[in-house]
Amino acid sequence: MERQLLLLSTLCFFVAVAHTLFALREGVFRPGRFNFFAIAAGFVLQTAFLSIRGHALGRCPLTNLFEVFVFLAWSVALIYLLIGPTYRLSLMGAFTAPLVFLIQTFALLAPIDIPHQVRMPPNPWLEFHASMSMIAYGAFALACVAGVMYLVQERQLKTHQLHSFFYHLPPLSNLFAAITRLLWLGFALYTAGLVSGFFTGGPLPRVKMICAFAVWLFYGAILQGRHLHRLAPKRIATLCVLAFSAAISVLWAINFVSQPRPM
Amino acid sequence: MNLFCVGISHHTANVETRERYAGAGPDTPLRQETGCTEVLVLETCNRVEIYGSAERPVATDEILRCLQSDRGTSEIENAAAFYRYDGEACAKHLFRVVAGLDSMVIGETEVLGQVKKAYAHARESGSAGPLLHRLFQRAFRVAKQVRSSTDITRGAVSVGSVAVELAVKIFGDLSKRSVLILGAGETSERTARALNSRGVTDIRVSNRSLERAESLAALVQGRAVSFQEWTAQCREIDILISSTSADEPLLTPAILAPMVRGRADRPLFIIDIAVPRDVAPEVNEMDGVYLYDIDSLQSIAEQSLAMRRQQVAAGEQIIAEHVADFCARFGSESVATAPSPGPRGLDEGAMRPSEL
Repeated sequence: MERQLLLLSTLCFFVAVAHTLFALREGVFRPGRFNFFAIAAGFVLQTAFLSIRGHALGRCPLTNLFEVFVFLAWSVALIYLLIGPTYRLSLMGAFTAPLVFLIQTFALLAPIDIPHQVRMPPNPWLEFHASMSMIAYGAFALACVAGVMYLVQERQLKTHQLHSFFYHLPPLSNLFAAITRLLWLGFALYTAGLVSGFFTGGPLPRVKMICAFAVWLFYGAILQGRHLHRLAPKRIATLCVLAFSAAISVLWAINFVSQPRPM
Repeated sequence: MNLFCVGISHHTANVETRERYAGAGPDTPLRQETGCTEVLVLETCNRVEIYGSAERPVATDEILRCLQSDRGTSEIENAAAFYRYDGEACAKHLFRVVAGLDSMVIGETEVLGQVKKAYAHARESGSAGPLLHRLFQRAFRVAKQVRSSTDITRGAVSVGSVAVELAVKIFGDLSKRSVLILGAGETSERTARALNSRGVTDIRVSNRSLERAESLAALVQGRAVSFQEWTAQCREIDILISSTSADEPLLTPAILAPMVRGRADRPLFIIDIAVPRDVAPEVNEMDGVYLYDIDSLQSIAEQSLAMRRQQVAAGEQIIAEHVADFCARFGSESVATAPSPGPRGLDEGAMRPSEL
């Protein structure tokens, strides 16, 4: 039942992706409400899946890599639904849906949904640490999406080849402002997640700590470059894409509670 | 009820002919003279059209005589330049006009405002009745749908508006941006005016002749700066419009590099409309600098126009659906194609395909 919910949710994101691809192929792309509602429907189904899984586990469903990826996809959809309409970035849905679709498809296809033999008692600090860090990943994912949108538009402006898509993209300055806010939001949540990790009560695995701090430092350096006006917006957009690629590739290492430790 | 439209437009007549019919006058006398139940006169710089409905068929000659009556001649002039649409074709024509499909620049939106004004005037004077009311209300809905469902109005189609559109794409809100006009040419002036109309208030003008700079500055509500200062100004401004008559490029990456240092997150938009060019093309390779010369601006304007043309079919589809629905809803007695009263070869069959 719960897996079917996730399959349906993935289908919603696929429909959004297909809709965008079809519109682009026809040359009639228009950022309408379709993507928003498709993502909202996918989000509701994701929430239902996580809720059922959470009740079954008796804790936040972040106990293996499969759940981590689904939680990440849920966080990306959540941040999009919260900030997309606020910052008039409706087009972001066209970029967000493929990302969520890929993450969720990977989670569904890869053999990573391995239940743990040992049932761990609930640990509020651990769950706070894991969920904050995942929501921070969602913000970083959206910053990456905004970064891609920035780079696409920047390229069109530089090459003077303006696709019909161009006319629906938000201005560069608005995108850059959105990237900055998303970076700050993600950084604040990630910091909260990191700090709370010290209160979980268990031993802190070295590899996980190094990876987590490396990601924190990477984003911290980008924000520092932004704050000091040392980095051009194009570089910040590129770094957002690189940082998120790096962060997601080390996710296995900061797979917070996948290796349950006795409390 | 016979619904019809008689008119003259840029498709059928040159400006010299069209201007003779400009100022066709109020709707009411026309209604009284022709015996129409309802009349609405639409006048724009590209067309003069009479929309009407009558119990009996009204000949085109009668309309033309009324239009020409103030010239004191009973002879009908330029009859061949006039077209006539009846019933369904009239509805279709009006929908195409308001949607900008019949305009000289496809997709232009000014015509919608002009039609709304003509309709409001006819309503006030009492010459527009229930049928024209329904027809024009539907036309406004059609225009809105065509604009929102297609890309017919997307993209700027003149050099000045392309420059403004690009500036908006780079900076978003233009009200806090500064512009430097280098060289006081006519295109610079037009572009500066277009930027001014989009909220830019900080406009600086620099020219070899300070007097000329001052006069242009006065025209665009800006301020003149000495030509020796323009490089220093480049550190502060966001948009540079260059159109000097210099033989060699004034701006190269080497000259510009120190100016843009320290403004990493502030883009610089350069519009080079000079021939020969004032800005070396390599400047476009610099981070945060967007350079457009006259050819690239014109090319974008042409791309936009081509994109609008591609959208015509989608617009026509929407219009066809509305025409069918309008005719079905308001009955064949109101808008069905009535037999033409036989004006001099001006029945619908005589229309040129381009008019349809």
